[in-house]
Amino acid sequence: MDLTFSDKETAFRDELRAWLSDNQPARRPAADAGDDAHFEWRRDWQRRLYDAGWAAPAWPTEYGGRGASQAESAIYYEELGRARVPVAANTLGILLGGPTLMVWGTPEQKERHLPPILSGEEIWCQGFSEPDAGSDLASLKTKAVKDGDEWVVTGQKVWTSGAQYSKWCMLVARTDSEVAKHKGLTYFLMDMEQEQVQVRPLRQITGEAEFNELFIEQARIPDANVVGGVGNGWKVALTTLMNERAGLGFALQIRLRQLLDDVIAHAGEKGLLEDALYADKIAELHIRCETIRLLAWKGLTDAERYGQPGPEGSLVKWLWSDTNQRATQLAADVIGPQALTSGTSWSYELMRSRGNTIEGGTTEVLKNIVAERVLGLPRLKVAA
Amino acid sequence: MGAVDFGLTDDQREIQRTARELLSERSTFAKVREHAEARRTDEGLWRELCELGWPGIAIAEEHGGQGLSTIELSILCEELGRAMAPVPYLASAMAACVIEQAGSAQQRERWLPGLASGETIGALAAASDGTAELAVSGAEAGVLVLVEDDGSGRIVAAEDAEVSPLAAIDPTRSAAKVELDPTDPAGEPLEHGCPGLGRALVALSAELVGVSERALEMTVAYVKDRKQFGTPVGAYEAVSHRCAQMLLDTERARSATAQAAWSADANPEGLAEAAAMAKACASDAGREVTQAAIQMHGGIGFTWEADVHWLYKRAQVDSALLGGASRHRARLAEILADRVGASATA
Repeated sequence: MDLTFSDKETAFRDELRAWLSDNQPARRPAADAGDDAHFEWRRDWQRRLYDAGWAAPAWPTEYGGRGASQAESAIYYEELGRARVPVAANTLGILLGGPTLMVWGTPEQKERHLPPILSGEEIWCQGFSEPDAGSDLASLKTKAVKDGDEWVVTGQKVWTSGAQYSKWCMLVARTDSEVAKHKGLTYFLMDMEQEQVQVRPLRQITGEAEFNELFIEQARIPDANVVGGVGNGWKVALTTLMNERAGLGFALQIRLRQLLDDVIAHAGEKGLLEDALYADKIAELHIRCETIRLLAWKGLTDAERYGQPGPEGSLVKWLWSDTNQRATQLAADVIGPQALTSGTSWSYELMRSRGNTIEGGTTEVLKNIVAERVLGLPRLKVAA
Repeated sequence: MGAVDFGLTDDQREIQRTARELLSERSTFAKVREHAEARRTDEGLWRELCELGWPGIAIAEEHGGQGLSTIELSILCEELGRAMAPVPYLASAMAACVIEQAGSAQQRERWLPGLASGETIGALAAASDGTAELAVSGAEAGVLVLVEDDGSGRIVAAEDAEVSPLAAIDPTRSAAKVELDPTDPAGEPLEHGCPGLGRALVALSAELVGVSERALEMTVAYVKDRKQFGTPVGAYEAVSHRCAQMLLDTERARSATAQAAWSADANPEGLAEAAAMAKACASDAGREVTQAAIQMHGGIGFTWEADVHWLYKRAQVDSALLGGASRHRARLAEILADRVGASATA
């Protein structure tokens, strides 16, 4: 056991930290500048990262990455979080789309798509969830029918973040209704620039619209845009989902750390660290935050040792989302009325964090995964 | 060269493997039960552990120990906790940790060789004005280390103190009330006081991790097997989600304890914080996981016949020992307040 970083890892951190201190993002657009301005700001930041070779260090060098180890990749997200820079515009492409293509894509698909993902020139979104297929993703109904060398797609998707800015959608659709539900799916790259695809923003409890609904009516997808073969969509989708759990964890954990550090600083100023009731709550959250970091690193070193990230990653996501919610509530107690006033980051987090235990696998589903795949408990048979 | 790695070294894994093998044979629940019901230490097992050098695993070689690190000590404590071994290992190891850390050269020379060989049994207990209400393994200890809230500590030979055996709820280990004359206390103060109990807290937390891990294992095995309404009860989410929670609690305690064990030797300035986190986390986990184990066993879990109650009782005592979770969170809040204060004035 060794909880220090290697010379190579330290050098990686130092280089990135130095670059980040020399290269700030452009000035953040005003809150009322609108979503588009905000997105362009993120796209500009990705461009700066890209120009310096920092857009996707975890990608292999042949695709423009640095071939960073998992530990270095974790350090990368920790440092970005610490520097409080915006999230790159095409994060879904970098974290999910690119790695999925690297595993399942044809040489042509990789050559065509990887460069513009990295540069942020083409934005990607994820068309998985549907109104009637959330946790039970494999029951999705969007249909793709072969027509010559094209597929014709009809259906509805939901929770599609960034759809209004996207060129490509990672779309999972049903291509065979005769076989078992996991087996009839195919993974496509759908061009969003066609009028058969309508994007409608989905207003959330924070008042903004991070997500969208997609209405797809007879959209066309060339056969060359099937990823991983017809009928293999479930497996390809799992590759995407595995990367979803593994990737952002470290950035989220650092954000929570910063939130908590801010709360602790305020509590210190107000003398609340000497108040036994506050002290107990604050210390408990500090411990939770630290164990998230430790478990995340443990999962990562296990993954380096044994290959793929294991289902233990579910523990980290579960613990993080729960802790983040508690932290925002504690912040409201410590900060007072300001945390309840619209427009402050405290009140924003108080609302936004409710999504944490739902997005990327609800806590209830994560507990099922832990029970079944880590503890080996039997699965409850549900009437089909 | 370092690289973040939570794994054990090959040698450490070997220690863990041999410990588990030995204890799964020598400290079965049948044996634990036999000794618990008679409220007797398993002398045979204790002798065997002494011959293997376990009590001195982390004591310096110059004092007759093996000179290994706190990580190896925590591996053994975890395994002994898992096995619920009816031996005075933990209390003795904790006493040795404190004497080694805070004792004078003379105090170390006097006590550590005996503690390392196991010839002398030690006990460490929290005391108030020279009285320790509950010293685990105190009834059989030859040397007692009493630590006061103000951070002072005292070493006293058992024959110089008033030691009254008592029946604690955990019958797998002896216990005693220890009293010193408040006006003229026997023994001598620990040379360097007892500002932090760092390594002792690591050992204690590690035992709680082992106890929790065992409670979870037994529960998972039980709920897979036990059927109601024609289905293993472990398939019901009310049950499986509680099991998932038990795993999360156990893994959190394990990671916090691992960090503290590593800090003890590699990052001593971070030990006070890491040890407080480990003990807070392990105290909560020990209680939560063992009480969930009883609940998930249903009616059978409430019987004397089922073995989960031994784990629950051990966890209750360990959780409170050297301060419960709240006490360590309070300590942590002080550390955080100091840090915030320091950065404000910097």
